[in-house]
Amino acid sequence: MATVTTAIKAEARDLNFFYSNGARALKGISMPLYENKITALIGPSGCGKSTFLRCFNRMHDLYPGNKYQGEIVMHPDNTNVLDSGVDPIEVRMRISMVFQKPNPFPKSIYENVAYGLRVRGENNKRIMDDKVEEALKGAALWNEVKDRLHDLAFNLSGGQQQRLCIARALATDPEIMLFDEPTSALDPIATANIEELMVELRSKLTILVVTHNMQQAARVSDYTAYMYLGELIEYDDTDKIFTNPGRKETEDYITGKFG
Amino acid sequence: MEHKASVLENLADVRAMIKRHKRNDTLFATLGLICLMLGLMTLMLLFWQLIADGHPKFNLDFLTEFPSRRAGRAGLLSAWVGSLLVMSVTFLTAVPIGVAAGLYLEEYAPKNWFTDLIEINVSNLAGVPSIIYGLLALGLFVYMLDFGQSILTAGLTLGLLILPIVIVSTREAIRAIPVSIREAAYGVGATKWQVVYDHVFKYSYGGILTGIIIGMARALGETAPIITIGALTFIAFLPPSPITTEPPFLNFEWLSSGFTVMPIQMFNWLSRPDHAFHVNAAATGALIIVVTLLMNGAAIWLRYKIRKNIKW
Repeated sequence: MATVTTAIKAEARDLNFFYSNGARALKGISMPLYENKITALIGPSGCGKSTFLRCFNRMHDLYPGNKYQGEIVMHPDNTNVLDSGVDPIEVRMRISMVFQKPNPFPKSIYENVAYGLRVRGENNKRIMDDKVEEALKGAALWNEVKDRLHDLAFNLSGGQQQRLCIARALATDPEIMLFDEPTSALDPIATANIEELMVELRSKLTILVVTHNMQQAARVSDYTAYMYLGELIEYDDTDKIFTNPGRKETEDYITGKFG
Repeated sequence: MEHKASVLENLADVRAMIKRHKRNDTLFATLGLICLMLGLMTLMLLFWQLIADGHPKFNLDFLTEFPSRRAGRAGLLSAWVGSLLVMSVTFLTAVPIGVAAGLYLEEYAPKNWFTDLIEINVSNLAGVPSIIYGLLALGLFVYMLDFGQSILTAGLTLGLLILPIVIVSTREAIRAIPVSIREAAYGVGATKWQVVYDHVFKYSYGGILTGIIIGMARALGETAPIITIGALTFIAFLPPSPITTEPPFLNFEWLSSGFTVMPIQMFNWLSRPDHAFHVNAAATGALIIVVTLLMNGAAIWLRYKIRKNIKW
């Protein structure tokens, strides 16, 4: 484990998850997310990494019949985000998400970024303008779009759209940002831009990223978790996972013998 | 050498086979075209016949004159005003109820056997013969609720008739919105109503509008249920005007007024022995077709216009 002590931002404690058909997708997962660090989730398709990620902002609540068991506790307030007494909307206001495929709203660039603020009842034009600019700068998109903020978001390229989605997630100052395979629909240059951006964002917030791409995990993350069949097999420093994994299964996956 | 010959022979076989298969292509394309033309030509022919028969009445007087015992002077005034008023009642009832029901079923209703049952029934209702709606309306609106044989009754009847069309098209338009867009909205902390109002409704109203217009076009031509509830076939007066010059400027007496509508006027003229009236009927038929086609055209144009900026 890391020698430097880092604050824990959130922590999964014996987390189980069941889909509405009864399938148990997560089996007793316990792991911390360190503050201002990037944690990567890797593993073969269907291992539950996306399912795990989507527990953090209660995305599974949108579909009836899904069931959580266990806790995801956020610090410093010790709120269990999975508690049925905690409103998922409150959770999503603290933990934002960037999806696999860029999914901007069919609205203007400005409105896409501003939407999270509008949802919170912000109407002041000046505050809104500032926040939108700040978020677009934070997502390294400002220079490309500042002259056409009121153009339709669909007119942007795929990589720009994904950075717009990051700006949208950033505008509301979240504590944690979830990335669900954020570059799987993008070309290598756009991918490099997003990766660079994630590393920059780390100073502001805590990041959890699901990726299919092991090189990506090795490049951007500080910690890596290897999951298989709904279980957490190994969780450690990224360097350690990729150079000297503790478990044979991890090594097989990393070296491409499996998966 | 021998090998080369067999390749060439083989190639000839392959070419013959492709040619044979392509014959089926041509055959089906021709057959399809003939079927399409059969339908289209019949419609065109009918339309053309109506225009040929009715063209002497294509003038403004036809729209500004009341029906008359003399065919030459008879006009459509009471019929088209009646159609307009009935359609406005239909619009004001079917649209809010239908869109709200569609939104509820798609976004809020839990998915269980009961909502499945409702869903099947709504789709089935769209296929119920319109005269059944007429009978229902006669019992419910005319006798039970005592609305009389009025514009209100007719409007509500047609409203019921097109309600399934509005509900089904609303649901289809909503379903076209990808899950990823909803998740994006929920992801930044939107409530259900914010998602419905800011996104679902705004991205689907092109499709919803199309359904409404097509429903209205259907209602415009309906005759059977209107006859069943007892529309008048000859009226030489207009219902009281909905807008007045004195406050409160609105008047609802027209709702309980007797009325006729264009298809009924057409039916009435057609059933007269005097052939001169048949000219009027043909002109009315042409007018109904033109208005219906215009409404459908508007629906297509609106859908194109609104969907142009939405790509998924």
